[in-house]
Amino acid sequence: MARNSLRVLPGFRLTLGCTLLYLSLIVLIPLAGVFVKTSTLSWEQFWHIVTAPRALASYRLSFGASFLAALVNVFFGIIVAWVLVRYQFFGKKVVDALVDMPFALPTAVAGITLTALYAPNGWIGQLLAPLGIKVAFTQLGVFIALTFIGLPFIVRTVQPVLEDFDPEIEEAAASLGANRWQTFWRVILPMLYPALLTGFSLAFARALGEYGSVIFIAGNMPMKTEITPLLIVSKLEQFDYAGATALAVVMLVGSFMILLTVNLFQWRSSRHLARL
Amino acid sequence: MSKTATFSSATPGEPHRRATAESPWVRRLLIAGALLFLGIFLVVPLVSVFAEGLKKGLGFYFQTFRDPLTLNAIKLTFIAAGISVPLNCLFGMTAAWAITKFDFRGKNLLITLIDLPFSVSPVIAGLIYVLLFGAPGPFWSWLSDHNIKIIFAVPGIVLATTFVTFPFVARELIPLMQAQGRTEEEAARVLGASGWQTFWRVTLPNIKWGLLYGVILCNARAMGEFGAVSVVSGHIRGLTNTIPLHIEILYNDYNTTGAFAVASLLAFLGLVTLVLKTWIERKKSAELRATETRVAA
Repeated sequence: MARNSLRVLPGFRLTLGCTLLYLSLIVLIPLAGVFVKTSTLSWEQFWHIVTAPRALASYRLSFGASFLAALVNVFFGIIVAWVLVRYQFFGKKVVDALVDMPFALPTAVAGITLTALYAPNGWIGQLLAPLGIKVAFTQLGVFIALTFIGLPFIVRTVQPVLEDFDPEIEEAAASLGANRWQTFWRVILPMLYPALLTGFSLAFARALGEYGSVIFIAGNMPMKTEITPLLIVSKLEQFDYAGATALAVVMLVGSFMILLTVNLFQWRSSRHLARL
Repeated sequence: MSKTATFSSATPGEPHRRATAESPWVRRLLIAGALLFLGIFLVVPLVSVFAEGLKKGLGFYFQTFRDPLTLNAIKLTFIAAGISVPLNCLFGMTAAWAITKFDFRGKNLLITLIDLPFSVSPVIAGLIYVLLFGAPGPFWSWLSDHNIKIIFAVPGIVLATTFVTFPFVARELIPLMQAQGRTEEEAARVLGASGWQTFWRVTLPNIKWGLLYGVILCNARAMGEFGAVSVVSGHIRGLTNTIPLHIEILYNDYNTTGAFAVASLLAFLGLVTLVLKTWIERKKSAELRATETRVAA
C-alpha cells in the first residue's frame, strides 16, 4: 500500500495486535466454543433437540413477538421522530432525551415494572381487565416488553435522516400539486426506507435475544409463553449443556441471517439511490 | 423548520399555511399520539418504579438498603463495572487508533466483529463462558486442580459483563476519530512529538467528550446487565449477586416493595445516565465541529 511508506503515525502493530488479541480472548474464542460444543452432537441429536415441540413453540413466540414489536415500533417510531424533528412543543428536549430510556433502564427493572403495571391489579392492567384483556403472563405481555426495549432504535435511526431532509424536495412535490399526505407517502417515506430497515433490524435482533425484561412478565409456561433464551437457561439449569448450546446455535444463526439480509438490502438500495 | 423559513410563516389557525406544513389539526394529532405512546411506554413505567418502591414508606425503603445482602450486591456491581468499563475503554481507544489512523485490509470485517456482542443474546453471552470454564469445559480440570473458580464466582461475572459492554467505547470513538482525520496527529509527529505525546496532547483532548460518552453508556449497561450475569453467577446470595440479580431474588421472594426499592436505585442511575448523555452529546458535536474547522483552515 502506498500510504504505508508515508506513515508517520506510530503504533500500528501494537494497537492492531492488542485489538485482535483482546477481541479473540473475550469474543471470538468463547463464541467459537458454542460451535465446537455443538459439533460433539451427531446431526440426528442436534436436529432432535432443535425441532422438539417445546423448542419450536419458543421460536414461534420469540420470532413472532419480536417481529410484531419491531413493526409497531416502526409505526410509532416514525411519528415520534417526525414530531421531534418538525414541531415545537413544550418539553420537547425532555421528551427527546427520554426516548433513550429503554437503553438506560436495566432490563430487570423494566421487567418487574412492566409486570406490576400490567398485572390485573396494576395501574394499566386494572383498566384493561374489565375489557377482558389480559397482558401479564400471556404472549401479549412478551410483546409489550419487546416493544418497550425496541422503542429507541427506530426513532434514533429515522431522526437524523429527517433532520437532513432537503426541504426543496417537499416544495417540489407541493408545487407539482401533491397534497401533504401524498408527499409523505410517495416522497418522504421512500427516502426513509433504508433508515427504517436498519432500525427495524436492530430492534428485531435486540428483541430476539432479550431476556431480562421478558421473563418477569411472560409467566414462562412451556409451549405458551416461553421465549427461546429462557429455554436455553432452563436447559442450562438442568446441566443439559449440549441442549442449551444447540438452541444457542439456532439463535445465533437466526440473528446473523437477519443482519445479513438487511445488509444486502441496504447495499442494494444504496446502489439504487446512487444511480438516481 | 428554520430552513424553510423563507416561506410565509404561518401561525396555527391562519388560513394561509406553507405548502410543506401540515394543518394544525394534523400537527396536534401527531404530537398527541407521540406523547401518548411515549407516556404509556416510558413515563408511566418510570414513575411506577419509584411509586412501588416507596409504597411502604421511607422507613422500609431505607431499611432495604441497610440489608447486608443488598450492600453486597451493590459492592459486586461496582466491582464488575469497575473492571469491565476501564478494560473496554482501553480497548476502545486502542481499536479506534488502529482502525482510524491506518489503512489495512479487512478493516470493515474488524469493525463488524467488534460490534458482534450487540447481536448476541445476553443469555448466550453467559453460556459461552460456562462452556469454556464450567464443569464440562476444556479448562475445568486445570482450574479445579488449582482451586480457581470462574463460573458461579466473581471472575465469571466480570467476564460476562465485559462481553456485553465490549463494543460501546470503540463504536463511539471509531466514527468520531474517522471524521477528525489524521492531519493533526501527523503535524504533531512532524514537529517532533513522540507517539505518546501525540496521543496525550493532540488526540485525547480532541476525543475526550466522545470517550466520556462511550464510557457513560458502557457503565450503564455494565451496572444493569441481567441475562449474561444471571447465567454465570449461580445466584449465591451475598456472594455472586449483582444489583439486578438481587432485584430478581427479592421479587421472587414476594418482597415486591423491596425489589422496587432496589430497582429505583438503578432507575435513578438510568436517569443520571440520560442527563449526562444529553449534556455530553452537545459537547461532543461541538468537539467534532471544532476539529473540522481547524482542519479546514
